[in-house]
Amino acid sequence: MSEPTGEKPLTKNINLNETPFDLKQYENAGGYQAVRKAITEMAPDDVTGVVKDANLRGRGGAGFPTGMKWSFVPMGDRAPKRKYLVANADEMEPGTFKDRLLLEGNPHQFIEGMILAAYAIQADVAYIFLRWAYKKAEALLGKAIAEAYDAGYLGKKILGSSYNLELYLHTSAGRYICGEETALMNALEGKRPIPRTKPPFPQTSGLWGKPTIVQNVETLCNVPHIVANGAEWYKSLSYSGNGGTKLFGASGKIKRPAIWELPLGTPMREVLEEHAGGMQDGLKFRGVLPGGASTDFLVEEHLDLPMDYEPVMEAGSRLGTGTMVILDDKTCPVGMIRNLELFFMRESCGFCTPCRDGIPWTYRLLDAIESGDGKDEDLENLEFIVNTITRMLGRTFCAFAPGAIEPLQSGLKYFREDFEQHIREKRCPYAS
Amino acid sequence: MLTEEERREIEEEIKHFDYKQAASVDALKIVQKHRGWVSDESIKDIAELIEMSPAELDGVATFYNLIYRKPVGKHVILLCDSVSCWVMGCDRMREHFTKRLGIDFGETSEDNEYTLLPMQCLGTCDHAPAMMIDETLHRDLDEEKIDGILESYEG
Repeated sequence: MSEPTGEKPLTKNINLNETPFDLKQYENAGGYQAVRKAITEMAPDDVTGVVKDANLRGRGGAGFPTGMKWSFVPMGDRAPKRKYLVANADEMEPGTFKDRLLLEGNPHQFIEGMILAAYAIQADVAYIFLRWAYKKAEALLGKAIAEAYDAGYLGKKILGSSYNLELYLHTSAGRYICGEETALMNALEGKRPIPRTKPPFPQTSGLWGKPTIVQNVETLCNVPHIVANGAEWYKSLSYSGNGGTKLFGASGKIKRPAIWELPLGTPMREVLEEHAGGMQDGLKFRGVLPGGASTDFLVEEHLDLPMDYEPVMEAGSRLGTGTMVILDDKTCPVGMIRNLELFFMRESCGFCTPCRDGIPWTYRLLDAIESGDGKDEDLENLEFIVNTITRMLGRTFCAFAPGAIEPLQSGLKYFREDFEQHIREKRCPYAS
Repeated sequence: MLTEEERREIEEEIKHFDYKQAASVDALKIVQKHRGWVSDESIKDIAELIEMSPAELDGVATFYNLIYRKPVGKHVILLCDSVSCWVMGCDRMREHFTKRLGIDFGETSEDNEYTLLPMQCLGTCDHAPAMMIDETLHRDLDEEKIDGILESYEG
């Protein structure tokens, strides 16, 4: 492992106590130079190439290599006449609050990333799919988009070239499933936002059947820096072969919950103990959801794991969004998992059986156990649901149900004694 | 009947897309902004304007938790009850609202001032528990802070 350079490209110009950079301030800090470079000096494929070489992986949760995704889009004269770029700003994964920081802290950085991604795939229309609740971001983005149009970074013949791009801000109306990329496309088309079957993949047949790339906010914010500084520079930011920094966050009963931009591969212990300041006084660390609600719990023995895609996967969980939710020793793990499954039950689109029927059943069992009405066979039934949904991996329309049972399956493994105690004592031992 | 203003705003949104139906959520939100909720009659009117069947549009409207298909109070309280806020005590906040306003999730107070609804993670987990009232975010909640916020709405 090489030592990262310690640069923080994503957040260096973010100060939430002040209004974010307007166009002039952003340009004075070197902003839009990457767009200028790409459009005047680089072919679209070169932009995809440098992103690929930089080993940027998606920051929305799935971790798919970004440049590879773009390379699946049909290019050249025979490519379909309309292509779309969609920025997924529907951040709703419980425990995740990183994209809000980027949207509110530096909207032009995000728009510049969108223009570069759109140019790379030669999209003519781009949409920002923003969640309803991000009112401040909505206002800031509206202003930034108007400034970018006025300066000639958006619209017809961008910077005097033959490239045209229209960018629209779409504000949604709730529902977690809209963050799933194919459900998001149905939402943008004005349909009931249930996920679509894959294949066809959006890269070849997405919005209205045209090639479409859907990319998370944080992923896009990395692109200007990669184009401006090159792949080697980007790789030098991390501890591992996956390039770049990552926004890590932590919430729960810790001393300093927040977001920090750190090298990919930073040990979890460093994030939780140095940056988050450790647990609140009188509490002990019990477990952590490393990357949002739909990731498996990790426990004490995993604290020295590097926060990177492969190591977290090998430990049985996922890096997910990189925003950790901490379970302390005075909070009931059964209650926490019940809360997670309540969320998933409410948010299921109801299209596939494992989700529509499996998650409400899961919730009812957990609610019974937490309320003191649990029976021994409830644990067997929870195991049955976990195994059934795990077996269906890849056979449901989307990854919602498999994600929903991740905290449950790991909870049953690491906090088994808590479940059994609830059932044995017919009460929640954590209730005061 | 849609008002002239509603119709004009919806037509502005339709311009962002190649297909009128794509403006369905925008149209629902525009009508809700003016009327507080979306009635059966509005569903029919919007459906006609954006060339959808009313049934299909209703399927869209009822999918979203922030499109209201029945009347809500003057202010809508959206209390986050996702995991970080749960760890930090959102159940206590919910009980406090029930005690103060006599309403639980999904209910509207008798004086029609407030509707209380559960909300997905608001993406401000470092300041949990959190809620929105209408379009304003409130963070780092406790019972006392909620009392102060409610008083500011009563003024």
